Amino acid sequence: MGGYGDVKLLRDDGKRLDGRAIDEMRPVTIEAGVLPAADGSAMVTHGLNVAVAAVYGPMEAHPRKIQRQDRAVIDVRYNMAPFSTGDRIRPGFNRRSREISKVTAESLESVVLVERYPRSKIRVEIEILAAEAGTRCAGITAASVALADAGIPMRDMIVGVASGKIEDTVVLDLDKAEDNYGQADLPVGILPNTGEIAFLQMDGDLSIEEYNLAMEYNHKAAKEIHEIMVDALKRRYEGGEA
Amino acid sequence: MSSGRVGEKRMSEGQVGAEQRLVTPGMVIGPSAGKRAGSGTIAENNEFIATRVGWLNEQNDVVSVQPINSAYMPRSGDLIIGFVAEVRNNLWFFDVNGPFQALLPMSLAPWKVEFGSTRQHLGIGDAALARIQEVDETHNMVLTMKGVGLRRLNEGAVVSIPVNLIDTLRGNNNAMVSRIRDATDCRIIVGDNGRVWIHGDAANMQIARNLIQTLNEEGHKKTFEGAVQALENERGEH
Repeated sequence: MGGYGDVKLLRDDGKRLDGRAIDEMRPVTIEAGVLPAADGSAMVTHGLNVAVAAVYGPMEAHPRKIQRQDRAVIDVRYNMAPFSTGDRIRPGFNRRSREISKVTAESLESVVLVERYPRSKIRVEIEILAAEAGTRCAGITAASVALADAGIPMRDMIVGVASGKIEDTVVLDLDKAEDNYGQADLPVGILPNTGEIAFLQMDGDLSIEEYNLAMEYNHKAAKEIHEIMVDALKRRYEGGEA
Repeated sequence: MSSGRVGEKRMSEGQVGAEQRLVTPGMVIGPSAGKRAGSGTIAENNEFIATRVGWLNEQNDVVSVQPINSAYMPRSGDLIIGFVAEVRNNLWFFDVNGPFQALLPMSLAPWKVEFGSTRQHLGIGDAALARIQEVDETHNMVLTMKGVGLRRLNEGAVVSIPVNLIDTLRGNNNAMVSRIRDATDCRIIVGDNGRVWIHGDAANMQIARNLIQTLNEEGHKKTFEGAVQALENERGEH
């Protein structure tokens, strides 16, 4: 972000490089219950991103010092597979994955009814199999579908969406080129039923007008993704076998 | 508890009515005026909101969600099948398929136990049929083995089923499990914690286990009932 201001990201016909309109999202598909060993799981594809989330628990929190007497702790581990990008990623935790794990855990804590499970731990594992900008949003969407699939009580689900700015134009859902050479990125976690914000980060800068427009796009996209999430959960139980 | 099956039946018949709709967390169920929030729902801003994926259920002005998938949450009075996970000089810790281990003090064991001789009665890995005496708000659980039928399980096999399928396996007033008992000639005990004890001769136990496996894989009441019916017909002919 920044330093590449001369990269052309909008075509002459006003569309983006991959042919999307400025307020158009990449295609999203969600499937719940993909991992038989987990208590709940989900796979989200968002454009070229592939995120798989697994939920285990509630279980006794170990080590003892992380236990909270009045609520459950949510232990999130966000990880990118070494093969998820063109440049191989060194396996294991790094500064970025630690940060994303932390913000994801904190936003999930705001929706999960953690006070129902004192002294417990809910383990959420998010694995990014393929990355193309916006993996934290795909990961958080996958995590909330997996939590719902595991039967963990929540106030609402969280939808991860992002908007940004390229060539002084606010656009919805940045892809890799737009993220790398654009001017701003605004990923948020939205509670689709109330419109509340569970997390918000911003990279680059936006004016107040631009911010408002970006958030308008985000809310619109969150509604669309939420429908896909609900459909994924329903399909798991209504579909197929009689 | 029978309400969950109502939804399932409707689902199998493909008529999801207004009362038996499938809800997802965060979904607004309706106005909360004059009604109470049951399990799986919370009241917020004069509306009920679902907190789990499941079938919506309304009975006696209580709105609840019958969860489709859920972890076992122990309640006092539950009949459970547990495995000994840890033994101390005066108590045992049981794995009861819940988030926490349950404690069985030697005073609530069915035997006269001397301090330090706990291992002679139940060792690590042993299975036992017990009842939950009490659960406190921080999930500390005390078991009891004093009661009719509560004992150490020395023979047979223990199989697991998802907690949400227990009602289907049992049927109305345990009708379904009695039918399986008769059809397979096995002794069967369905624990509230999603563990089923089966005892009979090897061939019959295999049949019973296959039936439960069918339920595990399909998860639908109709398929399972069909499998039981087929078995009864087959057995009846001999």
